[in-house]
Formats: sequence, C-alpha cells, structure tokens
Amino acid sequence: MLDVLITHWNYFIVVFLMMIGLFIVISSMNLVKKLVGLNLFQTSVFLFYISLGKISGGTAPIIVAKADAPILYSNPLPHVLILTAIVVGVATTALGLALVLRIKASFDSIEEDAILSEKRNIRRRSLL
Amino acid sequence: MASLIINISLVGFMLVIALMILSSRRLFAVIVMSGAYSLISAAMFINLDAVDVAFTEAAVGAGFTTVLFMAAMAWLPAEEKRRETPRIFPLLICLVVGALLMWGVSYLPALGDPNAAPHQYVAPRYLAESYDKWHIPNAVTMVLASYRGFDTLGEVVVIFTGGLGVLLILTGKRRVRTDKEDES
Repeated sequence: MLDVLITHWNYFIVVFLMMIGLFIVISSMNLVKKLVGLNLFQTSVFLFYISLGKISGGTAPIIVAKADAPILYSNPLPHVLILTAIVVGVATTALGLALVLRIKASFDSIEEDAILSEKRNIRRRSLL
Repeated sequence: MASLIINISLVGFMLVIALMILSSRRLFAVIVMSGAYSLISAAMFINLDAVDVAFTEAAVGAGFTTVLFMAAMAWLPAEEKRRETPRIFPLLICLVVGALLMWGVSYLPALGDPNAAPHQYVAPRYLAESYDKWHIPNAVTMVLASYRGFDTLGEVVVIFTGGLGVLLILTGKRRVRTDKEDES
C-alpha cells in the first residue's frame, strides 16, 4: 500500500486537485467562481496526462540529430493531445463567460440561488 | 532527486492555491490565483518534460484566460455573496468520486515507468521517424502537423464555433421579457 503511494504520488495529488475543482464547481453559487473551478479541474486533468507521458530519466522530446549515445525521450503523444485541449479549454471558458454576462444582463445577479428564485417569481407572476 | 524535490514543492504550491481559491470570496483574487495556478502548473509541465505544453499553458492558460476573466469582471460584481447553507452533499460527492478515482489510479503503471503501455506502440515510432523521415527535430510539432492534422482542424472549428457563440450571445438580438411571458 505504502509503495503504491510513493510510486503513484503524482496521480494521487492530481486526483486531490481535481476534486477541489469539482467541489468548487458544484458547491459554489457564484457563476464566475464555478468557471474558475472548472479551469482548476481542467488543469489537473492536463497534469494527469502529462504525468502519464513522463519517463524517468527521459528528457523533452526534441530530437538531437547527432547524439553520441542514445537519448531517452519522454512520450510526445500526451503532449500533443493536451496542446489541443488547452486551446479548446479557452474557447469553452470564453463561451461560459459570455453566458454569465448575458445572465447578469437578464437577472441582474450572478448568484445561482438569486437567479433561481427570480425565475420562480417570473413563473408565479405569469400564472396569475 | 532534485527534480522530485522541485516537483513536490510545486505541487504543494498548487494545493495551497487551490484551497485559497476555495475559501476566498473576492472574485478578483480568485481569478488572479487561478492564473498563478496555471503558471505553476506550467512550471510543473517543464519538470515533466513537456516544454511545448508549458509554453502554451503559460501563454494561454495563465495569460489569456486571466485577461478574459478580468474583462468580464468589468460588468460583474466583485464579491461573492456569503451563504449559510451547509455544503455537505457536494463534499460527499467529491469524497466518493475522489476515492473511486484514487482506487482506479493505483492500478496505473508507476510514474515514469519506461515499460508502461503508453510508451510501447506509436510513441517510439514517432520519435524514430521525427528526424529521419520528416526532418523536424521537435517531435511534438511533428506529430501535431504531420500525423494529427485533423486534430488541429477540429480545434480550429471549435474555436470558430466558440467565437461565433460569444459574439451571438453578447451582441445578438434580445427578447424583451414581459410579465406575461414565461421564459422557462
């Protein structure tokens, strides 16, 4: 059990960071803070992928053409996938922020409970 | 050994910042701390040999995302409202999900194991062909451009859609809500 903790410590900490992000997303009522929590979660997932590509004793995957001895390189594939994911993450964050601004314009609040009670009031008024 | 010490201290910083984000209610501070979190994770990526990812994370994750949040904050209140309700249910969900993930993660190959499955199939081929066949020394750029071009095409489509969505949401025609009308 203990040796698993030592050989996998990076993964365990990544899971911990991820859960802090998830907790912010589902427990916070403020929409901006929810988005920040989403970013936290996302960065932790990136860290998880990059940890998977690491080889101990390896170096960055930039090929040295005329090396005297064979060089051990880390796995470039997770790096490629995460490069794409980072840019897509910014697109989703921008879209989320635009939605938050629109919600603020409509409901004059970015707190989830205030928005929900306002919606309930609107429905009640429309029933009367 | 030195790399391990650097790694542990960086991860410690990340944990502290994440907990500070969790506890702070001032949104500007939260946003700047999330930028710092991205920057430290970029340092972590360098330590894990992912230099290209570190560049992108530092420029896009720490720089551009923070700018986006700051720009949005111009129209938003700077303080989160205080709440009294207990947050036991979300905590319970996070504990259960975290325990499951940790259980799953403990079956992965050890960190840095050169014989792990991800390092066996295409990765050696990419590294071998990168310079000899395509004459590009940077293997990450080579894979991105020469083998996974459609990934980048899809990424561009996503960014285009995102930009279009932002423009439509922010400048699109607004329906004026009356009391009679039920929007839900």
